[in-house]
Amino acid sequence: MKDTISIRNALPSDLAGVIELDKLGSKEEKPDSWRKIFSHYVATGKNDRLFLVAEANGKVVGFIVGEVRAWEFGSPSCGWVFAVAVSPKVRETGIGRRMFDEISVRLKQSGVTTVRTMVDRDSKETLSFFRSLGLRTGRYIELEKQID
Amino acid sequence: MFALFAVLELASDPDRQLSTSDIADKYGISAHHLAKVMRNLVQEGLAQAMRGAGGGYRFAGNVNRTTLLDVIQLFEKMDSELDMPNNWSHASDPIVTELQCISNEIDNLTKAVLDTITLATALKNTRHRTESAIPIPLPKA
Repeated sequence: MKDTISIRNALPSDLAGVIELDKLGSKEEKPDSWRKIFSHYVATGKNDRLFLVAEANGKVVGFIVGEVRAWEFGSPSCGWVFAVAVSPKVRETGIGRRMFDEISVRLKQSGVTTVRTMVDRDSKETLSFFRSLGLRTGRYIELEKQID
Repeated sequence: MFALFAVLELASDPDRQLSTSDIADKYGISAHHLAKVMRNLVQEGLAQAMRGAGGGYRFAGNVNRTTLLDVIQLFEKMDSELDMPNNWSHASDPIVTELQCISNEIDNLTKAVLDTITLATALKNTRHRTESAIPIPLPKA
């Protein structure tokens, strides 16, 4: 029987599952970073900070994190998605899309009508994923320089 | 661009057969040039030439695994149009190097866009455009 997958707000007890899932993608364990993110985004009661997980059989199989940011880089309020991951075991089953759709609904409820993200140019899979959801190159250009 | 028109047109309905002139007429492009493009697409496995009455071509690729860059690179190198000199004096190195750097920046951005749009994504966006197009009202009798 196919597992039922639900999308819900992350709970503090999801921390270990999120760290584990993130490690699969980034090959690095970042428990301190995730603890900080959890303290800022999970169970805060603030509806402009969103941390959603996809759960199957009690296990975290995906997550998406975002928030509303206003007037950064001169941009009026908009939603930002800054982390997303789906377990390799359940990829291409629509979970990524479902999480993105849910976070978009929540962002719209918070009053924004644009959602943005930033992706490494070499992350072809992630770029293709966001493009398949309808995102296109935005008006802002990321610039950078090494500090000597 | 001819190749992209042809591939997307065929892939938009994989069960349909279209001739070179069907596609050339629709997009207002040279059927002669398009014929060469179609032969290449068949060779690369993106299109299948149909035998028998009517003939024509059908899409034969994978819309989820083929990107716009995959199609373009069958026909051209994706390097920008800035012509770099072949023989130059060392005195002009800093200018040549700076322009090469800018040229690389343009190429990398272009490739990053084209290599992350699959045929499936491009066709989905095409369908959204069709569905959200404002219908032209019929003239009153």
